[in-house]
Amino acid sequence: MASVEFQNVTKSFGTFNAVSDISFKVADGEFICLLGPSGCGKTTSLRMIAGLETPTSGKIMIGPDDVTHLHPKDRQISMVFQDYALYPHMNLADNIAYPLKVRGESVEKRHKRAKEVADVLKIGELLNRLPSQISGGQQQRTSLARALVYPSRVYLFDEPLSNLDAKLRLEARGFLNHLQRDMGMTAVYVTHDQAEAMALATRIAVMDRGRIVQFAPPIEIYRRPATTFVANFVGNPPMNMIPVEGTVEGERLQLRAHGVLVRDLPISSGIKAALGKGAGLTLGVRPEHLSMGTINDVNMVSGKLFANENMGPEKLVTFERQDGGRVTARIFTDDAVETTENVAFTFDGAHATLFDSEGKRIPADGEMPL
Amino acid sequence: MRLSFPQLLARIGFSALAAIIGILFALPLIWFIFAPFNARAELGIAIPDPWTLQNFVTVFGNGFAMRGLLNSLIQSVGGVILVAAAATLAAYALSRSSIPGKGMITYVLLLFSSVVSGTAAMVPIFLIVSSVGLMDTHIAVILVFAGGLLPTAMFILRDFIDGIPKTYEESAMVAGASPVQAFFDVALPVIRPGIVVVVVWAFVNIWGSFLIPFILLRSDDLMPSSVAIYSFYSEAGTPIVTLLAAYSLIYSLPVVALYLFVSWKFGFRFFGGIKA
Ligand SMILES: Nc1ncnc2c1ncn2[C@@H]1O[C@H](COP(=O)(O)OP(=O)(O)OP(=O)(O)O)[C@@H](O)[C@H]1O
Ligand SMILES: [Mg+2]
Repeated sequence: MASVEFQNVTKSFGTFNAVSDISFKVADGEFICLLGPSGCGKTTSLRMIAGLETPTSGKIMIGPDDVTHLHPKDRQISMVFQDYALYPHMNLADNIAYPLKVRGESVEKRHKRAKEVADVLKIGELLNRLPSQISGGQQQRTSLARALVYPSRVYLFDEPLSNLDAKLRLEARGFLNHLQRDMGMTAVYVTHDQAEAMALATRIAVMDRGRIVQFAPPIEIYRRPATTFVANFVGNPPMNMIPVEGTVEGERLQLRAHGVLVRDLPISSGIKAALGKGAGLTLGVRPEHLSMGTINDVNMVSGKLFANENMGPEKLVTFERQDGGRVTARIFTDDAVETTENVAFTFDGAHATLFDSEGKRIPADGEMPL
Repeated sequence: MRLSFPQLLARIGFSALAAIIGILFALPLIWFIFAPFNARAELGIAIPDPWTLQNFVTVFGNGFAMRGLLNSLIQSVGGVILVAAAATLAAYALSRSSIPGKGMITYVLLLFSSVVSGTAAMVPIFLIVSSVGLMDTHIAVILVFAGGLLPTAMFILRDFIDGIPKTYEESAMVAGASPVQAFFDVALPVIRPGIVVVVVWAFVNIWGSFLIPFILLRSDDLMPSSVAIYSFYSEAGTPIVTLLAAYSLIYSLPVVALYLFVSWKFGFRFFGGIKA
């Protein structure tokens, strides 16, 4: 295993920058997820680690080596592709053993090793089949087996679970998590599924338009999203964003949404700095931090019932505020919503996040690391 | 189901028409199968009476014609190997590399294949071949065929390779294979059905071609069957039907055999709207 480092890496296709000046370091044994919407440059970044794309500028290190211009075969890495890329003319044994074949291992040795890995992945009985003769989940495990069959410094994954159905995906996700704990592999995992990133990563790099917006452990990404973009992208349903107007009343800041007071809090140094940029702030509240309340409570939002979706243990209640903005709350299934005209929810001020007029999170005074 | 009278009439009419068309197409084939075994074959269809192999005996005794079959084989196999190998490598490079203006190159290729290899090019080809000093050699015929067939072959194969995900070779290279290993271990087997189509198509083209060998060759012992078949015409230019029929049957066998072999071994597929 080895570390991976990007130093001011840029990749352009023509005049378009798919990746712009990215720098980050993946420590030895870390499982990193690159998370972001379609087209933000995740795959391009991953392919640069693999050597399948060459950076336009910048440097990529694996362990102590500068690999920026090294051929993929010389990088000692493994990669699982989204389409699995199993060789259709080889049976599973030969597919899994192919990396050993190019390393010059004897047939007996490599088939023995392929069988070992296949057994761990529960495809040991299928080694004589062709890829076209097995199911999607088995194909996924075959491609994983091919990546695990030889010693590797870094494991790269490009949305390896996106072609599986929901149930298999959860199962495979659990297995990958177990594998990571077991092997302590250095991994870079590309996904646009925030739940997958949350579940697997030791740290998540959230990307937007070719840049990394936040690089932090999952909990921090979830609880302290650096920008409204991250807040919106992580969490399902996403964080509720309420545009508010901030006014200073003595030592306190009052936040009003369309004239209605929604929050009143002491002014910190962070807030002072943020107000210098503009008074138009955004209040972010996660659905699970809203609970049923009554009109005139403090820290309250209210509106007309829009949807009431049952999810099993909990339900999602969505209401529309006066200005048309929607807010979703996640509450217990047994909590009854009694009215439809003026539904009111209160939130815990400690869990509310405030963003400045540029969409950047305003840190609280004396914030402790998570 | 009961049909009304006009419906019934229409059905009968349609079936009769279909049958007539079918017979029209079948007639030459039937002649082709019967005539070689008939010692008195003419241009009309007749069931041989008695069946005889005498025509074949005479044909096998004709050294020029037999030598022609071998020459056809040499020229076809040589041309096919050259076309398949060159087209595969070129099409692979054209498909996988990031040459600027790839689309343009392909378009020009297609243009060349339809314009340049035709009869119009015969005079320049003749001049080039004779100034290179390859006149009257197998090599000349093979090279000219390869040159004529390559553009289309490359076009067919490029289209085919474009449809194959790059991730096959990429995964091989990440796993430690050199580009050459990745090509032979992974890409080539996946491309093979496309190559087979090109092989059959090129073989049939060269095997049946008359003009190019007729112009480029002088000596009798280099002539392919398509030219040698004229030895079964009398001095006056009328065909000796019996021998012609027998020789034609022999001449067509390799092509039939190739089709059978390929469809047994690979099965025929059609790619990218281009028929094999
Ligand atoms: N070979 C290429 N030529 C030109 N543009 C490219 C090329 N590869 C990627 N791009 C562009 O670069 C941007 C980033 O692509 P990339 O594949 O890295 O996105 P992604 O984050 O993996 O998205 P997705 O989630 O859809 O897979 C996209 O806008 C894409 O169109
Ligand atoms: Mg991608």
